[in-house]
Amino acid sequence: MSLNECYTALEGNFDDVLGRLRSEKLVQKFVLKFLNDGSYDLLCRSLESGDYQEAFRASHTIKGVCQNLSFTKLYASSNKLTEALRSGWSEEAGPLVEEVKKDYQQTIGAIQELQKEAGA
Amino acid sequence: MKTEQEFKQKILIADDSEMNRSILTDMLESEYEIIEAENGVEAVAAIQKYGVELSLILLDIVMPEMDGFGVLEVMNRRRWIDDIPVIMISSESASLHVERAYELGITDYISRPFDALIVHRRVVNTIMLYAKQKKLTALVMEQIQEKEKQSTLMIDILSHIVEFRNGESGLHVLHIRILTEMFLKHLPHITDRYQFTREEISMICMASALHDIGKISIPGEILNKPGRLTKEEFDIMKTHTTIGAEMLDKLSFHQDELLVKEAYAVCRWHHERYDGRGYPDGLMGDEIPISAQIVALADVYDALTSERVYKKAFSHEEAVRMICNGECGTFNPLLLECLKDIADTLQENLKSADGAGTDEKELQDILEEKLYPKEASASERTLKLLEHERMKYSFYASMSEEIQFEYTLSPPMLTLSDWGARRLQLPEVVMDPLGDKRITDIMSAEELRNLSRILHNTSPEEPVVKYDCKSKIGGMDRWVRIVVQTMWSSDETPKYEGVIGKAVDIHEARLRIDALENMASHDTLTKLLNRDYAEKWIEECLHREGCGRYVMMLLDLDHIKEANVSRGRMFGDELLVHVAESLLQNTGENEIAARISGDEFLVFIKCGSDEEETVRRIASVLSGEYKGFSFSACMGVAEAEGSQKEYVQLFKEADQALMEAKRKGPGHCEFYKNIRRQ
Repeated sequence: MSLNECYTALEGNFDDVLGRLRSEKLVQKFVLKFLNDGSYDLLCRSLESGDYQEAFRASHTIKGVCQNLSFTKLYASSNKLTEALRSGWSEEAGPLVEEVKKDYQQTIGAIQELQKEAGA
Repeated sequence: MKTEQEFKQKILIADDSEMNRSILTDMLESEYEIIEAENGVEAVAAIQKYGVELSLILLDIVMPEMDGFGVLEVMNRRRWIDDIPVIMISSESASLHVERAYELGITDYISRPFDALIVHRRVVNTIMLYAKQKKLTALVMEQIQEKEKQSTLMIDILSHIVEFRNGESGLHVLHIRILTEMFLKHLPHITDRYQFTREEISMICMASALHDIGKISIPGEILNKPGRLTKEEFDIMKTHTTIGAEMLDKLSFHQDELLVKEAYAVCRWHHERYDGRGYPDGLMGDEIPISAQIVALADVYDALTSERVYKKAFSHEEAVRMICNGECGTFNPLLLECLKDIADTLQENLKSADGAGTDEKELQDILEEKLYPKEASASERTLKLLEHERMKYSFYASMSEEIQFEYTLSPPMLTLSDWGARRLQLPEVVMDPLGDKRITDIMSAEELRNLSRILHNTSPEEPVVKYDCKSKIGGMDRWVRIVVQTMWSSDETPKYEGVIGKAVDIHEARLRIDALENMASHDTLTKLLNRDYAEKWIEECLHREGCGRYVMMLLDLDHIKEANVSRGRMFGDELLVHVAESLLQNTGENEIAARISGDEFLVFIKCGSDEEETVRRIASVLSGEYKGFSFSACMGVAEAEGSQKEYVQLFKEADQALMEAKRKGPGHCEFYKNIRRQ
């Protein structure tokens, strides 16, 4: 799977990220790095323990990273979640958490495919 | 040799996401040295550590511990924001956030997602802009210095021409200027009535040199007449004031310049007197501008102490006396006071004057006043000085093996020295330390409260506190001595703002003292307490409230002499130690056993309602066999009830009971209350 195909699979905007970061090599480096980013784990953990302030920050970080990497789909859902958590837990946050989880899995799945080939 | 790394400018990247930091690092690390911080507190610690070495800060808004706004607030409070540019990078696009960030002094705001090229360009531009600004400031300063030098020179030449006609050396002008400056600088110390900016001081001093320019139009015969002037001649002479003023008034340009205005006042009114008896206008009191009043006084002083064609020079002391006595006209009492104050340094200053004019330090200050009006700004230079102090401080701090710290109430922030942070295994900056478990693990919350209370009770006059307490450092119990000085605001009623201080490990010293105390209070052979200490202890115990029922027992070993004779003195000592140990085992907390002389012991012990029971327990260990030698003891018992009896009384009673017991023979025990009944 090429980097371009990876972006298609995770429903991101490859042209946009390439336009901003300028080098395919750099983009690939950070896309792969996304696998090791702890923000998603932090989000899940803090949601479980009910620390919504921390959850807000974690969601905010995911949103920021996705924005930088043009992960359009995950950005959209994490952005909505961030706003839903901005002043603590809210009704609409529930379904949004599920949406972020789904999008995250889709994103991770695509990157793992990319990694397999890059690693090979 | 320095590596390339050391020549690179430093950029601090503060962002909680490792990903975001590394994207930025990747873009910039080839040209800059990158320092990373993953939250606001770390960012503040880094700024504290590197100071103006940082060329730029890239700051995120949403971060744990302390957010980007918090960092900016600290930077404002510490005035770091004046010298370190900040670019905020955030995905917070709400204009409220952007606005607030700009208000807090950031240079630029970049929103996510960012374009690598643009971030790079903005970083380079901002750093260049700041470097340029610093260079320009230096350039402007040089220019001003040059200009100032030249105008001083021009004025010196001009006034020298006047002096030259007058047959005087140029020294008079110089002296007037120095005297005027001394007055201007000292006067605000003794009164609130007159305040001068540095620029005003500089202008009035320059203007003072022009006070006599009107003399250029006075005929030479009058100007240099050796004898007394006739009334007509004197009237002509007097016109030098109005003529000088007129000359300035007729300048077709520069009318609005402060220098021209001051020069006009000085020329026209430097012969006015405070009581209205001067000339040309007969102004009175504060109708005369203060600049002219000062120059008038300086003129009179210098005229008195200089030789003129018509008089000899008076001594400094004589001149001051004459002026104060009103022999040269009436002056503003505040100025006379001022003259007395500066009299001591005056002569010296006049002698050492080389006419160098304004020095560089002063120029810098004037410039600063211009650049940052009415604001005590930390300029680049002051920051450099601070930087130097900081280096010195951190060097000494690391050498001294002391935990040095600073604590501010607002924001509640503890800053530790390098070495201190390592020793305590804490970060260099801890926010809200009083509620932080890492801190209360080191020093108990109770000790902290206690110390805090003591600190709040200090005053700016007596701000230093010494406080010894137990602490836990690196998992070990250690005695520390905390020495702190409280810091106060400069408000009219000073407010407690925080402390600076250090904590020194005094554990070993404290243990040595404890050991010494132990040695002083214990008997060396039996390790029991000695008599002096026992007395002190019992005295204290008796006076303690609700100390309960105690009995005092005096014991005398019966056969110790025989033991010494038949088995040797060594054995006798062994027997004493054996008895002592038995006594020790039978005394508990808040009870004591002491050796009061050769074979006499004292036990002071709690007892329930049945004291005889307690006594029997002790008595039982006092008879028996030791290494085949049978021993026994006589006992005298006295009861203590609260503070009703003093130690001396109690001891006397126990002693009487003991004598009675001994009279009855070995192994006997007697109670004082019983012999009293007999």
